[in-house]
Amino acid sequence: MTAPDIHRTIDAVWRIESAKLIAGLTRVVRDVGMAEDLAQDALLAALEQWPKSGVPDNPGAWLMAIGKRRAIDLMRRGPMMDRKHAEIGHELESKQESPEPELAEALDDQVGDDLLRLVFIACHPVLSTEARVALTLRLLGGLTTDEIARAFLVAESTIAQRIVRAKRTLSDKKVPFEVPRGAELASRVSSVLEVIYLIFNEGYSATSGEDWVRPNLCQEALRLGRIVAELAPNEPEVHGLVALMEIQASRLRARVGPSGEPIVLLDQNRAKWDYVLIQRGLAALERAGSLGGALGPFALQAAIAACHARARAAEATDWVRIASLYQALAEVTPSPIVELNRAVAVSMAYGPATGLEIVDALTSEPSLASYHLLPSVRGDFLRKLGRFDEARAELERAASLTRNARERELLLDRARNCAESADLTRAQRAG
Amino acid sequence: MRFMVIVKADARSEAGEMPSERLLTEMGKYNEELVRAGVMLAGEGLHPSSKGARVRFSGTRRTVVDGPFPETKELVAGFWLIQVKSKEEAIEWVKRIPNPDGADTEVEIRQVFEAEDFGPELTSEAREQEQRLRAELASR
Repeated sequence: MTAPDIHRTIDAVWRIESAKLIAGLTRVVRDVGMAEDLAQDALLAALEQWPKSGVPDNPGAWLMAIGKRRAIDLMRRGPMMDRKHAEIGHELESKQESPEPELAEALDDQVGDDLLRLVFIACHPVLSTEARVALTLRLLGGLTTDEIARAFLVAESTIAQRIVRAKRTLSDKKVPFEVPRGAELASRVSSVLEVIYLIFNEGYSATSGEDWVRPNLCQEALRLGRIVAELAPNEPEVHGLVALMEIQASRLRARVGPSGEPIVLLDQNRAKWDYVLIQRGLAALERAGSLGGALGPFALQAAIAACHARARAAEATDWVRIASLYQALAEVTPSPIVELNRAVAVSMAYGPATGLEIVDALTSEPSLASYHLLPSVRGDFLRKLGRFDEARAELERAASLTRNARERELLLDRARNCAESADLTRAQRAG
Repeated sequence: MRFMVIVKADARSEAGEMPSERLLTEMGKYNEELVRAGVMLAGEGLHPSSKGARVRFSGTRRTVVDGPFPETKELVAGFWLIQVKSKEEAIEWVKRIPNPDGADTEVEIRQVFEAEDFGPELTSEAREQEQRLRAELASR
C-alpha cells in the first residue's frame, strides 16, 4: 500500500471505530474530553505505525489497547493522581492482563451502552445548540474540525473553540456519563433528535455546487439517526425522525433542476426519487407506529411525507389523510406554520374555500406578518375562487416580502396572470 | 457514496445448500453490526441460478434461457447495498465479512452511480425528455 492509500484506510477505520473508541474510553476515564484526547493519541499511533506494520486484523481493539495504555500512563503521571484515578488505573491494569478475546467480548457487551451514553452527553442541555451539533459530529460522526467548519461555513478555529469549550463545560459541570432515566429521558431524547434533525436540515438547505461536505451532512445525519434508532429502539420518535429523514432524502436528486432551481414537491419527477430510501422510511414509520401510543411530531411529519412518497403521481396524493395528519400535528405542536400547511392540505382535499377560512384566521398572526408564504397561499386560494383582484393584491404583497429573486419573479408572474383574468372576467360581464 | 457489495456463488450455493448454522449466526451478527453502524441500506441473498433465467438480447429478438448457468464463480449469490464515505470504508467493512467455513471466494465492491456522476448535459437531456413526456400527458 502506498502512503496516501494507507492514510485513506486509516481514515476509514477511524470513521468506523472512533465513536466506539471514545465511548469506551469515556467509561474508563469518566471524562469525555480526556477520552477524546486519548483516542486522538491512539489515532496518531496508528498513523505512525500502520504504514510500517500494516493495518492490524482487529484495528478497533488495537486502537482501544493503545488508548487504555495511554490512560494508565496519564493516571500515573498526571497531577490529579487522586484516589478515584488511582482506582481506575488499577482496574485498567488488571483488565489489560486478561486474555484478549475475553476482553474483546466484555467490551462488546458494553459498546452499545457506552455509545448511547456518548450520544446523550454530546447532546446534553448544558451545552448550547451549536456546541451540541459540533460535538455530536466530532464525537459520534468522527468528522474532523475542518470538515465541520466547512459544513457550517465558519472558520475552523471557531469550531475548535466551540468543541474545547463544550468539553470543558461537561467537565466543569460534572455531567455524568449515563443514560438518563424516568421523566428526564423524554426531554433528553428530544434534545438528541433535535440536534440530528438540525444537522440534516443544514445539509438539506445546501443544495449543490458548493463544497461536498454540506450536502453530505444529510447522509451524516441519516447515519447518526440510524445508529441512535438501534441504540434506543423503544423510542418511537427516534424512528419517526429516521423515517422523516429517509423520505426527505429520497427526494434529494429530484428537488433541484439542471440550472440549480428548486423544484417543488408536486412538480418533481417521481422516477428520480430514491425508492430504497422510501422503503426504509416507510419501514421506520411502521416501527414508530408499532411501538404504540400517539404519533409524536417527527412521526406525524414522516407520515405526511409518506403520503407523498406513496402517491405514484401528484394527482394521486391522499390529501384527505394529509389534512388530518396536519390536524394531529397542530394539536401536538401548535404553530402558525403548521396551520398554514394544514390550510394548503385542506384546500387540496376539500376545496379552496375551506382552506381560505383557515388562512383568514391566520392573517392577524403577528409571527406571520412578514412571511411571504401567507399572502402567497391566500392569493392562490382567492385565484382558484375566481376573486382575481384580491388574489393579485395578495400575490404582489407576497412578492414584496420574499427575499428570493427567483421566487419574486414567479409571484409577480402569477399576479399578472390574475390581473389578466380579472380583465377578462370584466370584459365577459360587460359583453 | 453507495457501494454494492457482491457475493459470488460457489458450488454449494449453486447446489441450493443452506449455509452452515455457524455461518448464519456469524452473518447475522455481521449484518447487525452494519445496521448498528447506520451503514446498511439493503442486503439480500439469492436462490441458485437454477431458479433463475436469462433474457438474451439480439437486436429486436429476445430469447429466454432458463438456469442453471455455468461459470459458477461469475454468478452473483447475494449482495449488500451500503452507504459509506469512501471506497476505503467499503473495503474495511467487506474485510470484516465472516468466513467461518473457510471458503475460497471473492467479494466484489462496486460504486453505485449518483446523480452528481452524470454531467449537467445528461441531466438537462433527461429533463427535456421528462418535459416532453409531461407535454404529451397534458395533451391527452
